[in-house]
Amino acid sequence: MTDQTPTAVERAAKLQGLGSKRKRVEDARFTQGKGNYVDDIKLPGMLFGDFVRSPYGHARIKGIDKDAALAVPGVVAVLTAEDLKPLNLHYMPTLAGDVQAVLADEKVLFQGQEVAFVVAENRYVAADAVELVEVEYEQLDAVNDAFKAMDADAPLLREDIKDKQEGAHGPRKHYNHIFTWEVGDKEATHKALADAEVVAEELITYQRVHPCPLETCGCVASMDKVNGKLTIWGTFQAPHAVRTVASLITNIPEHNIRIISPDIGGGFGNKVGVYPGYICSAVASIVTGVPIKWVEDRIENLTSTAFARDYHMTGRIAATRDGRITGLDCHVLADHGAFDACADPTKFPAGFFNICTGSYDIPVAHVSVDGVYTNKAPGGVAYRCSFRVTEASYFIERMIDVLARKLDMDPAELRMKNFIKQSQFPYTSALGWEYDSGDYETAMDKAMTTVDYAGLRAEQAENRAAFDRGETRSLMGIGVAFFTEIVGAGPVKNCDILGLGMFDSCEIRIHPTGSAIARLGTISQGQGHATTFAQILASEIGIPADQITVEEGDTDTAPYGLGTYGSRSTPVAGAATAMAGRKIRAKAQMIAAYLLEVHEDDLEWDIDRFQVKGNPEAAKTMAEIAFASYNQAIPGLEPGLEAVSYYDPPNMTYPFGAYLCVVDVDVDTGVTDVRRFYALDDCGTRINPMIIEGQVHGGLTEALAIAMGQEIAYDEIGNVKGASLLDFYLPTAVETPVWETDHTVTPSPHHPIGAKGVGESPNVGGVSAFSNAVNDAFAHKGLTHTQMPHDHWRVWKTAERLGLNG
Amino acid sequence: MSKMHVKMTVNGKPQEALAEPRTLLIHFLREELNLTGPHIGCDTGHCGACTVDLNGKSVKSCTMFVAQANGADVTTIEGIAAPDGTLHAIQDAFREHHGLQCGFCTPGMITRAYRLLQENPSPSEEEIRVGISGNLCRCTGYQNIVKSISAAAETMAASREAAE
Repeated sequence: MTDQTPTAVERAAKLQGLGSKRKRVEDARFTQGKGNYVDDIKLPGMLFGDFVRSPYGHARIKGIDKDAALAVPGVVAVLTAEDLKPLNLHYMPTLAGDVQAVLADEKVLFQGQEVAFVVAENRYVAADAVELVEVEYEQLDAVNDAFKAMDADAPLLREDIKDKQEGAHGPRKHYNHIFTWEVGDKEATHKALADAEVVAEELITYQRVHPCPLETCGCVASMDKVNGKLTIWGTFQAPHAVRTVASLITNIPEHNIRIISPDIGGGFGNKVGVYPGYICSAVASIVTGVPIKWVEDRIENLTSTAFARDYHMTGRIAATRDGRITGLDCHVLADHGAFDACADPTKFPAGFFNICTGSYDIPVAHVSVDGVYTNKAPGGVAYRCSFRVTEASYFIERMIDVLARKLDMDPAELRMKNFIKQSQFPYTSALGWEYDSGDYETAMDKAMTTVDYAGLRAEQAENRAAFDRGETRSLMGIGVAFFTEIVGAGPVKNCDILGLGMFDSCEIRIHPTGSAIARLGTISQGQGHATTFAQILASEIGIPADQITVEEGDTDTAPYGLGTYGSRSTPVAGAATAMAGRKIRAKAQMIAAYLLEVHEDDLEWDIDRFQVKGNPEAAKTMAEIAFASYNQAIPGLEPGLEAVSYYDPPNMTYPFGAYLCVVDVDVDTGVTDVRRFYALDDCGTRINPMIIEGQVHGGLTEALAIAMGQEIAYDEIGNVKGASLLDFYLPTAVETPVWETDHTVTPSPHHPIGAKGVGESPNVGGVSAFSNAVNDAFAHKGLTHTQMPHDHWRVWKTAERLGLNG
Repeated sequence: MSKMHVKMTVNGKPQEALAEPRTLLIHFLREELNLTGPHIGCDTGHCGACTVDLNGKSVKSCTMFVAQANGADVTTIEGIAAPDGTLHAIQDAFREHHGLQCGFCTPGMITRAYRLLQENPSPSEEEIRVGISGNLCRCTGYQNIVKSISAAAETMAASREAAE
């Protein structure tokens, strides 16, 4: 007879805990069309809101005539700034300490700005009425070039704050200036540059782009006049923060506001901000007493809610002749658009841009950032990255290549030479961050060996010779990028948004029969939290992941947290989950001790149970303990088995990776073919390898889009030059190459399970790898740097400038 | 605006309603018939989130007026599984191979794959990539979608063989 008792391995496998390639629990709904996104919500009596938007980049509003619109059957209201003024809601606070017009007050400052809000019985009537609202404008000169924003004769943009000398981050130098932010040792850095054997200098622009999730932003606001409760379903990446902000703006007590983030169709930073549509929908619902739905169309999304990047970074990097970096200086001109609505922690107006020393041991560094207003849309969100980290990583990874060119050194060799060594962790950078853990050389070695880097360079040398002999019109480029991210904000002592500390939370209830529900302060937008957070818990408390429900996004039920962006869910809420699980286990141990009639210290945890040390037959499973916790009177213990953890991380986490990209550039057409892309990621402990790989594939594809084609460009008078999917580049399956993924594992020493977060790494590392590859293709022809995006036209222009085509 | 009488078969069931002729098919399906599986992602016909099957072809239901679909036979994501609720091989494969993340493109993507595999029951990887190039995904980088469709094609071929 065989023993039917499951082995330890079988018991562990049944949990589907950490490291399991568990299939996603979300998929059953989504594959059958049973998701519940904002636009799927339908409430009795619901009306639709739609915006009249500015056709001008900069203009004075001379008058608004609503009569024709109000005469359309089915139109209920047309709101303008005049209607919001008595409520003091015509301006709203931004996440960055500025204010933003909810509906344009006297002036419009960017094309697409919200001017009036039409409320009608359906979206077609609303659209008809939008056309009939007559707005008289007087066009004004626009500022579309950040470098001209602070000219003495530049047009004054923000009349509402023209006399404000002191901004949210110190004195303002000009009426179009927002802030100056400075960090590092300026004097020592300038001395290092002055004394250096070699200095490389470059202006590196990271163009304005947009996160463009497939689902646009939207909400349904519903004021229940009977009980005074305002419920807003919306595409919110931070539902609790929205509730608090909504309460502060409207003076509705916080317990009377319920924010629900239902399924979200991708966020990538776009859904962090607070937008006029939310305010107008709430006001319209309060006024009309019925629910109001507002959902952006794609052009509105690309022109008005949350751009990203738009950083002009002037760098100088000092080195010895043999390639030892001795200093780094950077000045950033940051184009924030018409209102400063950046989503950054309060103390960091340029986010964590000061991670720009990257993965390198650079003794001295200095960064200064000037933010300016222009006639462009507000925003400045972190598009699939932690706050301004992708800008920082792009900057240093381009600068390293520029320096390598100047030194005539292989860019991989230069990186290897300057890496922070494994023995230096925890490592404090010249700009003040404490890197938690890393092993860069091992990662880089593995990457170079796997792709046969030396072989690729040899092949490139042959390609270049063949090109010069006229045997090919294609140039091979090899892009090397090594990135270090900084993710998982808090700690609360450093990081808050509008004063809200950036901790996160998890609350767990174990049911009597041994299944459980966990609620978190975060909200998934595709990352698969319902799958992976259950895995963390399964390993902590020994209940199979399949028996754990994970819920997020309803502020009436979930514990308070700051939401999902900046790769913070796993580092912060994931840690809260593990810690709450440990509290459960601590109580379970007391219960088991009572049931087994032993002292707590005589018990040990084994996968899914407590057993008596030296006598594993005497054991109580978590399911047995759960039942007893509710149903047996245990002296000295309250009934039930619940725990909550609010986790304030002691430090951020620092995921890293080595990416290598091979491209072939056709010099006659500018068409760049990505032949190979290898991505090695180290995100610490890996919770679900299947989901990690999926995250990397997606992030790389977004990086491809940014590097090779995305741009939200403006002309001189403030027109957006293309803001539909006709112009804004989203790669299809045809342009997207096959991604090769790999990993090393260097756990975070301070995270309860050693995880670091991964969702944004591929975007951060990917953009540099693509751009370095395109630049590298032309390096031997004298190119040091060419600006993104590397679309066919720009690449062709580069080839032309170098005399290579035609 | 005056309304017209619209009749069509949707997921095997006859449907009729009054609708403004200018109503887009996607709005008719989502708001009149409460079939919220197909989504709206772009308004310009590029993203394919609104893909449905109409008279044996994949169409983007945001680029078609309901009047143009009068009398048509329409299948949406809600009609892909068998009437008894058994999932289609493509639906299973998307879960098995992690072919989705946020799920917003998924109904359109699966509905497109459903037609693609009837047009070409054993497509190469390149044929799949071209075949779904009218459907955008922002999350997955397509790699696992391609894998899912390829796996579904194999499963479907195996069950056809078994039936013969």
